[in-house]
Amino acid sequence: MAQIRIQNVRKEFGPFTAVRSSSFTIEDGEFFMLLGPSGCGKTTTLRMMAGLELPTSGEIFIDGEEVGMKRASQRDIAFVFQMFALYPHMNVRKNISYPLVSQGMKREEVKTRVAEVARILRIEHILDKPVGGLSGGDRQRVALGRAIVRQPKAFFMDEPLGALDAEFREHMAEELRALHDRMGATTVYVTHDQLEAMQMGDKIVVMNHGVVEQFGRPQQIYDWPATKFVAQFIGSPSMNFLDFEGMIGINGDSVDLGGVRIKVPAAREGRAGRLTLGVRPEHVSFRDAAAYRGRVSAVEYLGTTQIVTLATAHGDLKARISSAQAVREDELVGLDFDPRTLSVFDAESGKALLSQANEGVLGHG
Amino acid sequence: MSSYSVTEPSLRQKWCAGVLVVLYALITILPLVWIIATSFKTPSDAIAYPPKTFFTPTVEGYVNVFTTRTRLTEEQLQAVGEPQTWYDRLVRKDGLVISGPSRFAERFTNSVIIGFGSTVLCIVLGTAAAYAFSRFKVPLKDDLLFFILSTRMMPPIAVAIPIFLMFRSLGLSDTHAGMILLYTAVNLSLSVWLLKGFIDEIPIEYEEAALIDGYTRFQAFYKVVLPQAATGIASTAIFCLIFAWNEYAFAVLLTSGNAQTAPPFIPTIIGVSGQDWPAVAAGATLFLVPVMVFTILLRKHLLRGITFGAVRK
Repeated sequence: MAQIRIQNVRKEFGPFTAVRSSSFTIEDGEFFMLLGPSGCGKTTTLRMMAGLELPTSGEIFIDGEEVGMKRASQRDIAFVFQMFALYPHMNVRKNISYPLVSQGMKREEVKTRVAEVARILRIEHILDKPVGGLSGGDRQRVALGRAIVRQPKAFFMDEPLGALDAEFREHMAEELRALHDRMGATTVYVTHDQLEAMQMGDKIVVMNHGVVEQFGRPQQIYDWPATKFVAQFIGSPSMNFLDFEGMIGINGDSVDLGGVRIKVPAAREGRAGRLTLGVRPEHVSFRDAAAYRGRVSAVEYLGTTQIVTLATAHGDLKARISSAQAVREDELVGLDFDPRTLSVFDAESGKALLSQANEGVLGHG
Repeated sequence: MSSYSVTEPSLRQKWCAGVLVVLYALITILPLVWIIATSFKTPSDAIAYPPKTFFTPTVEGYVNVFTTRTRLTEEQLQAVGEPQTWYDRLVRKDGLVISGPSRFAERFTNSVIIGFGSTVLCIVLGTAAAYAFSRFKVPLKDDLLFFILSTRMMPPIAVAIPIFLMFRSLGLSDTHAGMILLYTAVNLSLSVWLLKGFIDEIPIEYEEAALIDGYTRFQAFYKVVLPQAATGIASTAIFCLIFAWNEYAFAVLLTSGNAQTAPPFIPTIIGVSGQDWPAVAAGATLFLVPVMVFTILLRKHLLRGITFGAVRK
């Protein structure tokens, strides 16, 4: 069990920079998510932590010890691969005991440890089967078994559920989270699925183009995205962006959106020029008297809620409202935005402006 | 109405395919049957015209291939006395006595040493090179691979004269080591290319998993990659062995006494009175056996895809 600290880590593959100067800390026992679109550097970051790639520069600390240039086998960590990477020429028992045998552990002890792991994962009945014939879920369990049998300092998982069917993935996600809660081991988990990240993670790092965009608890990231990229990547449908020319002063608590004043959380930094107002779909409500108007262009029914797409003076906007509310296409409606939840971004840099509401989340990170 | 399937061939198509396969098999096996049959004929049966399909089998050819014989006069035969063993009696029918062993066993042993020796060397070097090409960043990798392949772009015998001269000045002519080196050099490009293909197919995650599980890179290679590559290694070994085993031209050119292999030796088997075709056929039949046994032993590896199902693609 260990704290993991990444400091200014950078990785170049020839002329291509996969990771540029990442820094973050994973606390002991955390379930930590590395989230981002494919090619964002999240897997490279994980592989550097595991010792499968060496960083071009920067430091990686596991349990206070600098391991950046150490071999994978000397870091006392376990890795679960997306493709499971079970040794195909060995049966389940041999696969799980393989890392112990390599440490030269006594036969008896290996046996006890494997039996214990098999019990935890409920795979006792398949221990003597070859891995070739196993279902995806069982292979995943065996791969987990091979990881936890070592009792390593940390678990690294590279999209471990990516190869599973959708219905089974949900189940395994719960199982994985429960396993983590029982063992309390530091876990770093790479995924491109924002739902998976929010559902399972204690903390999330969102990466894009090799840069850490934001780092924090799932709700903080969802509510107060640090950049437009994070705002768009997390949440489905993603945050609405209303681009406008305008300004907001320090302590200003409203913006002028095409002549309509929209209340926002009090600003901590001012900016003038091209700005973007960010609104989550669920924070849009319909009120006939509201000054900001939009015309309904499409309605998607989702059971308890519906997603209404509206054409406004500042582009398309999606609202998530109760299905009970009747909406007709082509109808002109008044829109209210919940003033406590809005973010204002600098349209050029994509960064969120500090406000009274998000300074607690963004102020130190 | 017959049920019609897009993917399954019809019964008639299956029959046609079956007949063609059997026909092809018959055509390819005919020379083999001829040689084996000839090896059990008497010399006169072997050259009979029209050829005899039915004949009384004899192992004379096999006795002859392993022995040298002399024709003796009546008095000399009297002096030698009654034949002691079954093979003595067999040659005595024709008024001959066995004067000693032939060099066939020795040539055959040479073939085994050179054939298997070069195969082993080829596989060891080929696997190492293929692994490096597959896994590591090798400068000029593509050019090197092309260069390796280019060694096979002309028939090896085209460079026979330089090789002959080189071998002579290096003292490798007519040595086992020389022949092993030569066959290895010729086969290595095939071995590297075939094995690289097989190793490329093995997901790198297996080694990474082993590295994290506490193995060194060599251990990971030895314990994880090699078992996975068994199929490829087996088929490559068969190709290498068949080439080295059957090679004739270089063997004629570079070997004479000490390291001569069986292929150049077999046609030189001459009977006491004229060409001894059954003995030649017997030599050829025996010569087929090791490659057949080797192939049958490795057949299991050729047919079994051991990585099947272990990685979800």
